[in-house]
Amino acid sequence: MAAHKTAVSRTLGESLREHGVSRRGFLKFCAATASMMALPPTMAPAIAAALEKARRPSVIWLSFQECTGCTESLTRSHAPTVEDLILEVISLDYHHTLQAASGDAAERAREQAMEANHGDYLVVVDGSLPGPDSNPGYSTIAGISNLEMLKETLEGAKAVVAVGTCAAFGGLPHASPNPTGAVAVQDIVEDLPVINVSGCPPVPMVITGVLAHYLTFGELPELDQYNRPLAFFGQSIHDRCYRRPFYDKGLFAETFDDEGAKKGWCLYRLGCKGPSTYNACATTKWNAGTSWPIESGHPCLGCSEPDFWDAGGFYRALSIPNTNATGTLLAAGVTGAIVGGAAAALAKKQQKAEEDERQPVKIEELEQKL
Amino acid sequence: MSDPMEFLLWAKGPMFDWALAIFALGMLARIAEILMLGRKPNLAEPRGGEWGPGLRTIITRSVADPGTFQRAAFNVTVGWIWHLGFLVVLLLFIPHIELINSVLGLRWPGLPNPVVDAVSAVTIAALIASLVHRLTHPVKKRISTVEDYLVWTVTFLPLLTGYLAYHRMINPYPLALGLHILMVEIFLIVFPFTKLTHVFTTFIARWYNGATFGRKGVES
Repeated sequence: MAAHKTAVSRTLGESLREHGVSRRGFLKFCAATASMMALPPTMAPAIAAALEKARRPSVIWLSFQECTGCTESLTRSHAPTVEDLILEVISLDYHHTLQAASGDAAERAREQAMEANHGDYLVVVDGSLPGPDSNPGYSTIAGISNLEMLKETLEGAKAVVAVGTCAAFGGLPHASPNPTGAVAVQDIVEDLPVINVSGCPPVPMVITGVLAHYLTFGELPELDQYNRPLAFFGQSIHDRCYRRPFYDKGLFAETFDDEGAKKGWCLYRLGCKGPSTYNACATTKWNAGTSWPIESGHPCLGCSEPDFWDAGGFYRALSIPNTNATGTLLAAGVTGAIVGGAAAALAKKQQKAEEDERQPVKIEELEQKL
Repeated sequence: MSDPMEFLLWAKGPMFDWALAIFALGMLARIAEILMLGRKPNLAEPRGGEWGPGLRTIITRSVADPGTFQRAAFNVTVGWIWHLGFLVVLLLFIPHIELINSVLGLRWPGLPNPVVDAVSAVTIAALIASLVHRLTHPVKKRISTVEDYLVWTVTFLPLLTGYLAYHRMINPYPLALGLHILMVEIFLIVFPFTKLTHVFTTFIARWYNGATFGRKGVES
């Protein structure tokens, strides 16, 4: 417990120096963070000063119905850059995958962190959780249901960061028919700020950027309507895509191995969801800036948007409806033709009946009757 | 429905099905009725064929005769501009071709987006001009009915929302695209019950006219 408090009370600057990060490397990270968050370059020294003095915040990372892809993304793709150290210098007090402790000891670490940092710790969640109306037995940790653990952990938390599309919007577990009644973190949290860092998995720089912002300013970044940080989710993939000129020229890859695909033309026709997807992939890229899905020739799946699993086929163009439109057209057309035919037949029948009933009368006959 | 993505999926999903069903059912019912009712049998001896003059009239009536053009140059010119523009935007924009291909299994080459963009701007301007003309022309404004303004509105809104969506002037994009699709769906739903049916019936009517003339041996 004492050792834990010591770790928390050390400043970020002290921890970085301990880890052998140079002043130059640290300032470069601050400048990159400033530009990534769309802050003016003059903010870099301010970020550096704030981070130098920042106390390591305690972070409790809860993993619910997830695939560990978010953690994989975060831990692998940045090593051994300074962002990795930012993660080391937050006090990551509970994380299934990364912590050494297991069993009861692991749960005690969570309880200790909650007690020692009551009201100040950050909760990071990856994965969705079975909602209040579903069977809590679908997902439990140490015999505690996800919902119970989340509610218990939220009590002393300062804010919640939902990492990954499952935590942010329900993701794959929430996809139709949603057998576990999965819900997103924001469906449960009521009186705490929630930041959604969506993506399947999310871009690692985005999660470190959000934490850096929190350490620098002591408050959460500006968020979009889905509670995603605007600095990273403010623009669509389409608007920042390097293949955009081909879209504008009307040059499209028709298949994955045609001439257009080889020339790097737009992937719209192959199902790219870039126009409706807001994320930072096109600018920050993946694997330390190596590439990103569209650069490697694959259409964007729209993984950072709600309901992306149910938003139509991944390889169907965005403009294609999500229904069996051909069947509807045929069925309705045939019904219409039958209805129209029946109406015409009825009209003809009525006309014929009237003709049959017609009793021609000559003027002479009428005069005789009179 | 407050969620833009949910709105887009609804517009692309069940709402699209409903709109398409109402459109197809209504239009097929009307066309089947028109064709089956036909015309009263003409017992007189024909003086010429029906098919040739019928088909020729479908084309010749599309071009205004000099007298009509002199009397209503604005109607003819602006009418032509926006009708052609509407067809170009509808049929030659790549995302529209993808949609048509998914429903009908037919596809054709499209135009570069900037060309379609320019054409849609001209079409929108022409449609606005036609509305202003309708509202200010002493005769047109008196003979215009509620249906005329309804038809103008449901034709204009898909163009406008499509233009706004393409230029990403409504955010977020799922909302912009959803609105555009919804406007098209309203157009499809209104279609069979208004004079929009002329898209199909114009050609049937012209054929009947030409065929009647041909049968009588009159120039069509």
